[in-house]
Amino acid sequence: MAFTYSGRHHVHPIADALALELEQLVVNYPGSSEPALDHVSLKIASGLRVALVGANGSGKSTLLKTVAGLLHPQAGTIRIYGHPVGACHHRVAYLPQRGDVDWRFPVSVKQMVLAGRYVHLGWMRRPGPNDRAMVMQVLERLGLEELAERQISQLSGGQQQRALLARALVQEADLLLLDEPLSAVDAPSRAIIAGVLADLRRENRTALVATHHLDRLDDEFDRVISLESGALQTDRVIEETGRRLAPAKAPRYDQLATRTI
Amino acid sequence: MINWLLEPFSFTFMRIGLAAAILVSITCAALGSYVVLRRMAFIGDALAHTVLPGLVVAFLNGWNLFGGAIAAGLLTALGIGWVSRRGVVREDTAIGVLFTAMFALGILLMSRMNSFRDLSHILFGNVLGVRLGDLYITAAIAVGVLLTLALLHKELELTSYDPTYAEGIGLRADRLRTLLLILLAFTVVSCIQIVGVVLTSALLVTPAAAAALLTNRLPRMMLLAAVIAISSSVIGLYASYYANVASGAAIVLACTGSFFLAWVFHMLRTRVVRV
Repeated sequence: MAFTYSGRHHVHPIADALALELEQLVVNYPGSSEPALDHVSLKIASGLRVALVGANGSGKSTLLKTVAGLLHPQAGTIRIYGHPVGACHHRVAYLPQRGDVDWRFPVSVKQMVLAGRYVHLGWMRRPGPNDRAMVMQVLERLGLEELAERQISQLSGGQQQRALLARALVQEADLLLLDEPLSAVDAPSRAIIAGVLADLRRENRTALVATHHLDRLDDEFDRVISLESGALQTDRVIEETGRRLAPAKAPRYDQLATRTI
Repeated sequence: MINWLLEPFSFTFMRIGLAAAILVSITCAALGSYVVLRRMAFIGDALAHTVLPGLVVAFLNGWNLFGGAIAAGLLTALGIGWVSRRGVVREDTAIGVLFTAMFALGILLMSRMNSFRDLSHILFGNVLGVRLGDLYITAAIAVGVLLTLALLHKELELTSYDPTYAEGIGLRADRLRTLLLILLAFTVVSCIQIVGVVLTSALLVTPAAAAALLTNRLPRMMLLAAVIAISSSVIGLYASYYANVASGAAIVLACTGSFFLAWVFHMLRTRVVRV
């Protein structure tokens, strides 16, 4: 019996529910007159890799943080596999921006990745051999096994991003919210991360990825959503062949976008 | 030589003082590691100072000094938590304003007592004046703080370096921070009898800062800090006995000496690696 961090217990999945469904979501930061998210509605089916693009301050991070339960919306609803935010913390893995982590803290790569298991353990329980074995497996998959004992500041930018991704993976979540996992990433790290995203798709997991890197979006993602000033701008689905399609039929979003402009 | 080493501890007050100093050293080292890593040194210092009016009020009314100090410390800890959540004034500014005010209030109350000897004990500590009853309370605080740190180790560690991810899995980083402040209030109170209000933050910060230069794992850092703090306490006690100097100041300077040794060692080691 585990004492969960949120105080809630396991919730059974709802059959055929969408991975993520946002309806008229509004988020304001205190002291700011402009909403950070302005009536955003969005449906994401399970098993897709979705890129979230847009300029700084367009609301990418805000959207991910709100879905992760770090920010509370002023209006609108969020459904994650049919449940409200926080109903099932372990099914949602959030990868914070690299700048949110104190990399000088005395903790090893292995220890940091192990924290991905904490949501399953809850209070008082220590990680067991199975948890440690899973960590080593994921570290190998991300090419970090030789760096496992390093202190986390002794990694390159790309290696740090891979370590954060490793932690999100050992959480065994169904919905991954990745905030800028490609920033400060070199070519080899990017290839490894793209490989992991492809694996997730095969496992029917869903990834929502905020990114500034607009090249190769069509190779690495199934759908690209762009935000501007907190509103949905464009939403296009990429076919298996990589051929670009016209914007998906989403008249509501377009109307909202023109209204905010 | 052995006689020289054993002689001070033929006195009961020296034995009690040593036991108290060791307990406080261990508590300060473990909690001090978080204080250093989470950049809470200023809060630790402030907490030690704000405890003064609590001590004085308890003294004037003949209450238990520990009780008064802990009440004042807890009020400050919760007040700091409240201020940092509101975010109207910057946290360090608010602490700077409040802690000097509380300290001044303590001095003001004290000045009506016409007893500067008691004041100097509170300000600078007197490890040789620790009574058996104080020792029991110090031991209870040490056990409570260390047990809490051990049981919540993985959560405290995670919220220290990645509060955003911690919140994402349902942990409340602000509540864990308030818990640390409460532990800090208890620790500071047990620390005051050893090194006094003014030097308490040295026992919290210096051994942990020295240990941080020697290792990059948190549990090892706590252990090393404890070793440094205990040896400094023992050195300080001998200095106090044989050279007849203030015990608290001697302990703090021994800690400072260890810090410089650790720093030199760190510099030499990183230089070797670079070559």
